Amino acid sequence: MSITTYFAGNYDIAVIGGGHAGVEAALAGARLGLKTIIFTISLDWVGNMPCNPSIGGTAKGHLVRELDALGGEMGKAADKTTLQSRMLNRGKGPAVHSLRAQIDRRAYSGYMKHAIELEENLEVRQAEIVDIKKGGDGWLLTTNLGAEYSVKAAIIATGTFLGGKVFVGEVNYESGPDGSFPAKALANSLKALGLPLRRFKTGTPARVLKSSIDFSKLELQEGDDKTEPFSYSTKEAPVNTAVCHIGYTNEKTKEIILENLHRSPLYAGVIEGVGPRYCPSIEDKIVRFADKQRHQMFVEPCGADTEEMYLQGMSSSLPEEVQLKFYRTMSGLENVKIMRTAYAIEYDCIDPLALTYTLEIKGHSGLYGAGQFNGSSGYEEAAAQGLIAGINAALKIKDEPPLILSRASSYIGTLIDDLVTKGCSDPYRMMTSRSEYRLLLRQDNADERMMPIGHALGLISDETYNEFLERKSQKEAEIERVNHTHLGPSPELNALLEQAGTAPLKAGASLAELIKRPQLNYEMLAPFDKNRPSLPQMVKDKVEIEIKYEGYLTRQQAQIDEMLRLERRAIPKDINYDEVYGLRLEAREKLKKVMPSNIGQAARISGVSPADVSVLMIHLTKN
Amino acid sequence: MCYYKLNKHFQKLGDLMSERTIAAIATPLGEGGIGVIRISGEKAVAIAEKCFKAFSNKPLSCFCGYEAAYGRLCSGDEVLDDGIALVFKAPKSYTGEDVVELSVHGGRIVLKSVLRAVLSAGADLADAGEFTKRAFLNGKLDLSKAESVMGLISAENDTAYRISRAAKDGRISKEIDTITNDLLLTAASIATFTDYPDEDIPELSVENFSTMLRSAADKTAALLSTYDAGKLIREGVDCVIVGKPNVGKSTLMNLLSGNERSIVTDIAGTTRDIIEETVNLGDITLRLSDTAGIHDTDDTVENVGVERARKKLNDADLVFAVFDAASPLTDDDRKLIDDISEKRVIIILNKTDLETKIDRTVFDGMRVVEISAKQGVGLESLIKAIEEITEISNLNTNSAVLISEHQRACTERALNALNEAVCALEIGNTLDAVGVCIDDALAAFLELTGKRVTNEVTDEIFRRFCVGK
Repeated sequence: MSITTYFAGNYDIAVIGGGHAGVEAALAGARLGLKTIIFTISLDWVGNMPCNPSIGGTAKGHLVRELDALGGEMGKAADKTTLQSRMLNRGKGPAVHSLRAQIDRRAYSGYMKHAIELEENLEVRQAEIVDIKKGGDGWLLTTNLGAEYSVKAAIIATGTFLGGKVFVGEVNYESGPDGSFPAKALANSLKALGLPLRRFKTGTPARVLKSSIDFSKLELQEGDDKTEPFSYSTKEAPVNTAVCHIGYTNEKTKEIILENLHRSPLYAGVIEGVGPRYCPSIEDKIVRFADKQRHQMFVEPCGADTEEMYLQGMSSSLPEEVQLKFYRTMSGLENVKIMRTAYAIEYDCIDPLALTYTLEIKGHSGLYGAGQFNGSSGYEEAAAQGLIAGINAALKIKDEPPLILSRASSYIGTLIDDLVTKGCSDPYRMMTSRSEYRLLLRQDNADERMMPIGHALGLISDETYNEFLERKSQKEAEIERVNHTHLGPSPELNALLEQAGTAPLKAGASLAELIKRPQLNYEMLAPFDKNRPSLPQMVKDKVEIEIKYEGYLTRQQAQIDEMLRLERRAIPKDINYDEVYGLRLEAREKLKKVMPSNIGQAARISGVSPADVSVLMIHLTKN
Repeated sequence: MCYYKLNKHFQKLGDLMSERTIAAIATPLGEGGIGVIRISGEKAVAIAEKCFKAFSNKPLSCFCGYEAAYGRLCSGDEVLDDGIALVFKAPKSYTGEDVVELSVHGGRIVLKSVLRAVLSAGADLADAGEFTKRAFLNGKLDLSKAESVMGLISAENDTAYRISRAAKDGRISKEIDTITNDLLLTAASIATFTDYPDEDIPELSVENFSTMLRSAADKTAALLSTYDAGKLIREGVDCVIVGKPNVGKSTLMNLLSGNERSIVTDIAGTTRDIIEETVNLGDITLRLSDTAGIHDTDDTVENVGVERARKKLNDADLVFAVFDAASPLTDDDRKLIDDISEKRVIIILNKTDLETKIDRTVFDGMRVVEISAKQGVGLESLIKAIEEITEISNLNTNSAVLISEHQRACTERALNALNEAVCALEIGNTLDAVGVCIDDALAAFLELTGKRVTNEVTDEIFRRFCVGK
């Protein structure tokens, strides 16, 4: 069917998709002064959470903080719509402290929709983009209703909509998430452009009716007494208004799932997409970890004004009747009523090795990818990429140098480096273990790492930036002070030390030396520290961490310097790997595909051995 | 970082590599039954073709990989020998390049004349170890294997050869694999525990971690300790002979080296410079230095020699301190005993053929060997003492032994990181600190074996643990 098109206007940047990536991309482009338009298949799905109703978590909480410090919106939106907030991993060390919040899903979506509506320079349009081709000053985008837009840059943030297909048992149909329309025509158009698309899949558990759950049989999980916001600009800590619950599968659950495994589209071989390893369906968990007695389930509220509850850990693509049967084997869910059935969804995405560090698609100047389209998974990962793609599209149009965050700077940099250098064979999720510099890349110092960049870009206000500078100088002064404040061995102090299980003092020691002891902390020593200034909690935390982990931080900094040394050895863009004598075939192919911009990146490509790197360096030195 | 070292190491080679086809005699020179000349590089087949005519008349350029033929080796019109040519096609060869191996009758003269013919047909004489360097650069050998082949090539004695063989068989890689497997699991456990805080996974036991990390640290320390003994075997024991003038140092040197290079006279202070000699004693290579006697002197020239002797003494792996058994201890002797108290030392009492006048109690607790250098008595017990004191006798030559400075540096880095991890764990530091130390150790080991960390820990998490919503 061919449609009659009409010219609908010129824009600098068009964003295709109004999910977590699209929203950040559009806001960034508009805030950097570019005329921006965002397209979404349905305006009711802006910033939707089709899976778990939460933001943050391990490493993802880091991403949100970094995003916020760069000028993103996600942290602010989450703070405004939090139902329950927890700082995870408190006992496991500052590097892995991670903020996680249960979110009111509809409220969050509403906040984001309003944010893009209010943004100057940003036009919001409900439309399905069905065609994208080169033309005008960059790209020509056509909607399903025949409107043609000419844009300098386009950012593809299609999430699970692109070629989306839903699976429930033997039933499958073309669909976006949460019962929305899929973007089928666009998938064909992108294939016609020659983009290397592939199929990934993900899944979501059922939403069930609150009143059908017997909460007395579940374990209660409450929020923190003292909460912290995600955003540096949120002044009031969120208030906990909801709780979560924990339940378990049992032998009966396992039995039903195993009996019906042949009806799962995944095991029947109907699904071709690759699913995420970190987020397996319950049938996957039961098959792969057969000796595990039980699996955990979290019952989470979907919002303040809904009775829908989310069953985290129970995603499934088994037939609806089987789902109901196995959910009902679980203690507390004996009479559970399903409101939305669990499903698996398969979608098109790009091989991220086709992307550059700016998230521009190689060989397609002005065309960017962000979020699940790039092979990642998760709202936070998507938002981070959206911001980076939006910023870089704007910088390119303004003819300014791109924003490339190194692995050493941030989880955002690590995320993008992993994607464009190592690629991914299943949907990529951020984890703290993915960063070799995690002691330096903490959620508590995201402001120090990112805010100068956000401010320089113009995405962070002077007010927020000045507050940051104030915190920074307070921290530095306090570290200086505790290093130079000495305590003598008084009976009172030694009593405290012994009570804490650490050796009493024989001679004097600086406050910093005492804080370094694992058994002690900054707060405990307050009674012996007469001249202690009154400082915000955030500053106190930073002081303690930087003193306690000084040795490790220095060590990581040294590793970073070493890595940056390799990163500074640039590889010319026009290098012909066929002329590099001595490369192994696999390495040659990988290098050609990734086209690393420096030796450091080349060394991180899987399939490129240290010997290949040596060969490459010899070649570069020779020429 | 290893890339830089490697870069320097292979720089010269890299500059030349693309043009050169290299050749060398690949079997030990001697009167063996068969000798092999190996030619490697882009022009290997073309060059071999100029020197070899198969009796089947099939030109070598038409051969497939692994094809061999019997034929005649010539230099121009001159017939050198009959032999076999074996063709390997890139990348399926030792070096990863086109290779031709010419097997001829193994006499030294035949081999040399064939090599000369190959060189005049356009090949360049290979540098020592150049085949292996190419094999490494072409990804045919991992770093530890390549380094061990270099060791093989330069092995000076049997033990060194066996150690290098063991490394080429991948024993270092295997030993490191056993250590890194444990470390990977620990790193993955910590990562899972922290990345999935709400998951129903068993609490981590600090004791288990501690035991595992200690065991890994012990294994690493053991591996590291093989370097010194291995180095002594490979490079020889740097051994200095000291003693006051005229106790028979030079006679001992001559006894050991079996020649008259050291000047042996009865006038004290004859040896003013340092004489060096390499001596093979069984499995041990000694790099002997005979020094000026250490004593206070007013003679300026002699003083220079004394200073050099002191420096040599400080640098040596092993000291032979020679004393005259036939005369009482002097102040110089006592001063020498003080000087060597920190060193690995063998006390040699010379002139035991004469009446003993020395007070032996001052050597209590030290390793003493009695000899008569003049009469050649006591050499056997000296060799035994050397083997014991250098711990070479304890070294299991069939197990992994570190053979290069690069391997040692990586292993040492891993050990430091592991010790730091154990320390962090035991003083009660948080797991994130322990985790980064383990990461460092893993990175150091993987650099040694030339593998990559990339996604190993992540993969381990998903393989081992049931996590995720």
